[in-house]
Amino acid sequence: MRQIAIYGKGGIGKSTTTQNTVAGLASMGKKVMIVGCDPKADSTRLILHAKAQSTVMDLVRELGTVEDLELEDVLKVGYGDVKCVESGGPEPGVGCAGRGVITAINFLEENGAYTPDLDFVFYDVLGDVVCGGFAMPIREGKAEEIYIVCSGEMMAMYAANNIAKGILKYASSGKVRLGGLICNARKTDKEYELIDALAKKLGTQMIHFVPRDNQVQRAELRRMTVIEYSPEHPQAEEYRTLARKIADNKMLVVPTPLEMEELEDLLMEFGIMEAEDETIVGVAEAAAR
Amino acid sequence: MSSEIKKVEGITKESTQEMIDKALEVYPEKAKKKRAPHLAPNDGVSACVKSNRKTVPGVMSARGCAYAGAKGVVWGPIRDMVHVSHGPVGCGWYSWGTRRNLMTGINGVNQFAMQFTSDFQEKDIVYGGDKKLKQLLVEAHELFPLAKGISVLSECPVGLIGDDINSVAKQSAKELDLPIIPCNCEGFRGVSQSLGHHISNDTIRDHIIGTREFAEPETPYDIALIGDYNIGGDVWSVKPLLEEIGLNVKAVWTGDGELEKIAATHKVKLNIIHCYRSMNYMCRVMEEKYGIPWLEFNFFGPTKIRESLRAIAGRFDDRIKENVERVIAKYDPLMQAVIDEYRPRLEGKKVMLYVGGLRPRHTVNAYADLGMVVVGSGYEFAHGDDYERTSVEMPEATVIYDDASEYELEEFVNTLRPDLVGSGIKEKYLFQKMGVPFRQMHSWDYSGPYHAYNGFPIFARDVDMAVNSPTWKLVKSPF
Repeated sequence: MRQIAIYGKGGIGKSTTTQNTVAGLASMGKKVMIVGCDPKADSTRLILHAKAQSTVMDLVRELGTVEDLELEDVLKVGYGDVKCVESGGPEPGVGCAGRGVITAINFLEENGAYTPDLDFVFYDVLGDVVCGGFAMPIREGKAEEIYIVCSGEMMAMYAANNIAKGILKYASSGKVRLGGLICNARKTDKEYELIDALAKKLGTQMIHFVPRDNQVQRAELRRMTVIEYSPEHPQAEEYRTLARKIADNKMLVVPTPLEMEELEDLLMEFGIMEAEDETIVGVAEAAAR
Repeated sequence: MSSEIKKVEGITKESTQEMIDKALEVYPEKAKKKRAPHLAPNDGVSACVKSNRKTVPGVMSARGCAYAGAKGVVWGPIRDMVHVSHGPVGCGWYSWGTRRNLMTGINGVNQFAMQFTSDFQEKDIVYGGDKKLKQLLVEAHELFPLAKGISVLSECPVGLIGDDINSVAKQSAKELDLPIIPCNCEGFRGVSQSLGHHISNDTIRDHIIGTREFAEPETPYDIALIGDYNIGGDVWSVKPLLEEIGLNVKAVWTGDGELEKIAATHKVKLNIIHCYRSMNYMCRVMEEKYGIPWLEFNFFGPTKIRESLRAIAGRFDDRIKENVERVIAKYDPLMQAVIDEYRPRLEGKKVMLYVGGLRPRHTVNAYADLGMVVVGSGYEFAHGDDYERTSVEMPEATVIYDDASEYELEEFVNTLRPDLVGSGIKEKYLFQKMGVPFRQMHSWDYSGPYHAYNGFPIFARDVDMAVNSPTWKLVKSPF
């Protein structure tokens, strides 16, 4: 069983990419489980065709304790026999969402959700690793392989680099490795080259460049993956290719995150950012005149 | 197990149910509905109450937390380890030595009954406590190089901020060449201390068992004493008795326990377990993994001691069986002398019990040996299997209560007017103020041991001292 965690900036398309990739793996006959580690609980809707799956923490709140929960209450089976679980958690601004992730994964382990027939377990994790709870999926004995979803936008690349820093911390004490960057294209300038260059600087690879295509949105409106909605569409083939590349991936590295200056140099090299003019910093308009 | 059904005059299924209904009356509708299944007249055959459920908000519960179950019960009594309360200082401080699990050895040399804590501050919550823990482990090892290992017992905040103590423990164990056991026993986990026992059993399974071997050669008489925490010296009464019948007690879990012996327990021939609730998990693990059979026993009062000794002997050859009969013949007259002295003063007296997970059933017969009858019993954190074992010990139709609130107990005491209440520190002063004799049955009320033949005379003396103290005639309860 390979356990894989998907990280990336909020809104970058982690859940969509994960579910389409998982659907790709399932269509290849692989047994997969998705564990959504985000209080928004939208990591499984395309597989289950559901608005919102009832989450582990929802049921804990209802029943009072996690000990009263049964596995079948929270583990649902969707497209391609993909098993789906959502950790869930509180609405923004209250409680502790990180603990929700820990509670949910502990529950799954103790109740035998990790069956030996599974080929892959995917953790779809909240964008910002704000506390120890969101690092739970990459603790020892869990995901040893991480893919970062990013795009050619500056903030997505900053986030990817920051996540690489986090992986470095865990990689030095455990077995977790970076498997590559998944570029979820936003049609920014020189996007392919930029992410490819970033990946190389991080010591990894751009495992796949997923082009932007509105077919993804059309499928999402139907709460489906592209693979299920239109298996013949070229976009479905893109996700199948990504799935195949992940299945075959042998390049697992301890990342070499960039210093802020290096990252900015890279952005300037590709014309995303302009060189800063230090002479204008802190000078008011009137004084400049 | 007692075969004939015991009855208590004046107690019927109807009278008990009426008492329960009256107690429930005061609750709001929702609380009443939740509490009702936890209170029932004993049906003599099954677990007649619901158990191991979340406490109803607003009632005064006597329960502890998972950390208490790990620190106070399972890990804390192991004497040759440093036990770290990982988190803010209070949990460690208030769980320091209060359980009266006694230890041999020299403090700081081969015994470490001290208070170790990582003393979390604001910054440790914000930046994580893993670096501090790493430093603490180094310092503890430097200060006490003779400690055989270190347990890291998580308090609530550690689980909330998601510190990975498992990874710190693993790394430090390698660097210090010392067993370091991470125990994720955050207090908010589970409904009571019971989950703390289970989590601790799991950590023994994952980190300890099978990692050492006994120095001496194996014999067919090697056993382990499981679930005796040496409260008031219980182990020091039980172990010599087991040795007197010819058995080798290779390890004690965990009263006055030693880490390396616990780690080698996979080599014994039989596990005998006293506190089923807190340690049945590891007995099952050792049975499945190493094929070691296990046996529940009861060393409270001569009747149960006799029964238990014979049951233990039944697992061994004639040599042990003969020894057991010899030992019983030796102690029976001594026990009879105790009974002859106290029974006349205690005959027919009524007892109500409310303790943790074992004693509310295991001591029933010890009271019966003294002519007393238990008219109500219940547990803080027992599960269904404990209540099944209780129903056959208790008289017909007597009240059984699970996770009882202070108010419910007060109501039952008012109706049943027992001559003695055996419960915990939280109940003690309530009932003493009501003028009801009381014994603290978690820690043996600064007395003990109560287990085995050495314990019974002390138990009888203490019960007599409480029940027949002239003090109570001088107390006029205003209630």
